[in-house]
Amino acid sequence: MNDLLSLLVLGLASAAIYAVAASGLVVTYTTSGIFNFAHGAVAMVSAFVYWQLSSPDAWGLPVPVALVLTLFVFAPGLGWGIDRLLMRRLHDASPMIRIVVPIGLLVALIQVATVIWPPGELTASVPLFFAGRSVELGGVVIEYHQLVVFAAAIAVAIGLRILLYGTRIGVAMRAVVDSRELAALNGVSPDRVSGLAWALGCSLAALAGILVAPILKLDQTQLTLLVINAYAVAMVGRLRSLPMAAVGAVILGLSREAASRYDESLPFWITKDTVPALMLFVVLLVVPQEKASVFRDQPDRSSVPDPSWRTVVLGCIGLVVAALVVPAVFEGRTLDAVGYGMALSIVALSLVPLTGFAGQISLAPLAFAGIGAVVMYRWGSDGNPLALVAVVALCAAVGALVALPALRLKGLYLALSTFAFALFCEKAVFPNVDEFSQGDASYERLHLGPWTAASDRSYLVLLTVAFVVLALGVTALRRGPMGRRLQAMKDSPAACATMGLDLTALKLEVFALSAAIAGLGGALLGGWRGKLGTEQFSLLAGALPGLPLVLLTVVGGIAAVSGALVGGLALAMFPEIAEAVPALANLMTVLPGLAGISLAANPDGAVAQTVAQVGAAIERLRGQAPPRDTGPARALALLAPAAPSMVPERIAVGASAAGVDLAAVDDETGLAWGRCRVDP
Amino acid sequence: MSILETTEISVRFGGHMAVDGVSLRVPEGAITGLIGPNGAGKTTTFNVITGLQAPTRGKVHLAGKDVTRLSAHKRARAGVGRTFQRLELFGSLSVRDNVLTAVELNRVPGEDPRRAASSHLERVGLADLAGVRADTLSTGNARLLELARSLACRPRVLLLDEPASGLDDEETDRFADILGELAADGLAVLLVEHDVPLVMRLCHDITVLNFGRVLAQGSPSVIQADQQVIDAYLGQGTDVGAAR
Repeated sequence: MNDLLSLLVLGLASAAIYAVAASGLVVTYTTSGIFNFAHGAVAMVSAFVYWQLSSPDAWGLPVPVALVLTLFVFAPGLGWGIDRLLMRRLHDASPMIRIVVPIGLLVALIQVATVIWPPGELTASVPLFFAGRSVELGGVVIEYHQLVVFAAAIAVAIGLRILLYGTRIGVAMRAVVDSRELAALNGVSPDRVSGLAWALGCSLAALAGILVAPILKLDQTQLTLLVINAYAVAMVGRLRSLPMAAVGAVILGLSREAASRYDESLPFWITKDTVPALMLFVVLLVVPQEKASVFRDQPDRSSVPDPSWRTVVLGCIGLVVAALVVPAVFEGRTLDAVGYGMALSIVALSLVPLTGFAGQISLAPLAFAGIGAVVMYRWGSDGNPLALVAVVALCAAVGALVALPALRLKGLYLALSTFAFALFCEKAVFPNVDEFSQGDASYERLHLGPWTAASDRSYLVLLTVAFVVLALGVTALRRGPMGRRLQAMKDSPAACATMGLDLTALKLEVFALSAAIAGLGGALLGGWRGKLGTEQFSLLAGALPGLPLVLLTVVGGIAAVSGALVGGLALAMFPEIAEAVPALANLMTVLPGLAGISLAANPDGAVAQTVAQVGAAIERLRGQAPPRDTGPARALALLAPAAPSMVPERIAVGASAAGVDLAAVDDETGLAWGRCRVDP
Repeated sequence: MSILETTEISVRFGGHMAVDGVSLRVPEGAITGLIGPNGAGKTTTFNVITGLQAPTRGKVHLAGKDVTRLSAHKRARAGVGRTFQRLELFGSLSVRDNVLTAVELNRVPGEDPRRAASSHLERVGLADLAGVRADTLSTGNARLLELARSLACRPRVLLLDEPASGLDDEETDRFADILGELAADGLAVLLVEHDVPLVMRLCHDITVLNFGRVLAQGSPSVIQADQQVIDAYLGQGTDVGAAR
């Protein structure tokens, strides 16, 4: 009985924190339509700021002052700034950009926090509120801190209810949810409302962060991940309902507590660390998607470059030659980083058909790479290349298996389900492979009979050739029927279905293909590094490679093989640049996140955009001369595909908002006012 | 004989009956009209026939076979083709690749897909624009491309959702000619269109929907004389027959 009561108290205490965090997510999502992936990171940064203000080891302000400054000055200011600088640009962005920019913010905030409060040097902790004081209830000791948590959650619930239903601004917030345009017509400023919502959402995140920090160590990734549990909770209410989110919080709080208490009698894959990921995955499948329609809601206007075969082949030859030369020029850490980057490029290449061509957003490429590495460790750690066949087959099977329940998901929901899968791999799969969990799984280099890739040079060439072969395959796919089908599916699933395309089969195929490519990258990385472990394949922990790899690939241009190369190499080389030029160290740490954020301005990838601008400037200097077909021009074209032609959408204002077909009006009047198009 | 038949199909969205017991017969070699005010349930009927929307009640038969539970892509392969009122082109693909994708999905052995795609584009008069990105087309051309793409699927029944909206007079005439040819070739066409004179000129048989229900069914002359249809949709004093 006591046991049950203490489970209840502990479970509900966690639930209260999740509820506060989730309510912040719901407030921002409902008013701006953007899911704040960075919510956990805002909570984490706010906890650090609170520590900085209040700790006797830092500035030592009184606790109430520190609380007020963090909750009512810092966090709202941060939220308002995020809305002002980033989120307002995303209203008309494609689904992918709306997902990737907040992830960039998440990564950037974690990285900024590591720069300001270096994890190694700082052993900070936030004390419990009223530490040491407790009451006893039915034989169960309840700490004052837990009471504070309960009180805070109840206050937030009542406060939000009054705000949303009893005040003018609350009504305005709910109006903006229903229709931004109509709210604006009725004198509500949608921008002011969304700024306020982000300020409020970030304050709630900060409150959750401050409440949870004393229970954990003050650590950038741990704190962030804990608040990420709120994803599952908020999803119970379809990101819209606060009461349902509270129900979700209670379910998660209690089931995590139960999982940690009855650890022994549960299967290995159900632990308090995996429960949030499992819950998120299940909730995504059970809760109906917001617009469960086959029609697209926000058209994706990204372009898929189509370089000529000559360009691609020339680029590939150049790459292999570079791989032959690099080991003669570099050695040690730098050479290691190049090989690591090449393997990561193969992993990133898995996103090109899946996300670039087909528009299916996956945040789990590195998790599939990890599965590939585990399979390779089991059957091919002696360097037997036949194990690669097993890697491809098993990863493809796992990819299809993960895709199967996720088939009806798209956009944000699909991204979150792959996020849950990656988290599950990190917490349940990799830790259960003994040496792998220790980062001590050793691999020999591949050999086939008398041929062996023992030297660094030969293995680097092997990695590069693998990338080149896969890149050529992906290019062939792009130019063939399947490439057309994948793009067609991205542009209009409804039209595809009514043309006889089996969307289910196509999605399964592309998920399996993508997982197989990623797995191959992970398996080949083993031979290069010699030793691998969970840390190389995690979403967020350690050097947090998972999300930055996705970010940098999108920045590089996710619809081109060159984008994968840029993404993989950049992620591997940034730390090397930091090492070589200490003045740039902080910049290099923060760069992946900043690059992700930059997509708010350059949705087709900063690299593509920049090169296109430089190209246009050169054109102007040359006096509008057509581009010359030179070798360097081709190499440039390979690395950075041409900028897409801009086709602004028809804006629904005035007559068109009222449902009048402007094109018909145009045709009748002989004018072209309804159309706003720039032909290439 | 009717190649496509719907029996008492109904669709309920929450408390709203979008389509309420609609029965249609679409014969081969003829153009059947489906008209009615906005919100009458025309597009929802199309979605039910093509399998994008499951009906709450009722059945859809294609060539005598019950296809009500068949998925959209299987129905397409069985011969149901359509265009969309709100354009559903593959905007990032070229005009040629839009049609080529359709050809490849419905390929017959021995056919050269590129040549087949070109001939479909020539038929609708878009051959000159084959290389441009589909989302740069004008509305009129985009509608013609949707027509070419749906023809490339080798349909036995073609459902056209407001194909003439956004077309100028010349384009409308060419479009009417193409439709006439298709029907003469034996294709069954179901046409949703607000251009009433065009409907009266082309259609052999017309069904009028209002608030999800069938208001009237019959030949153009019967429909034009129907007082209920005049009240609900056509309006008084409309001499639609003489409009062209």
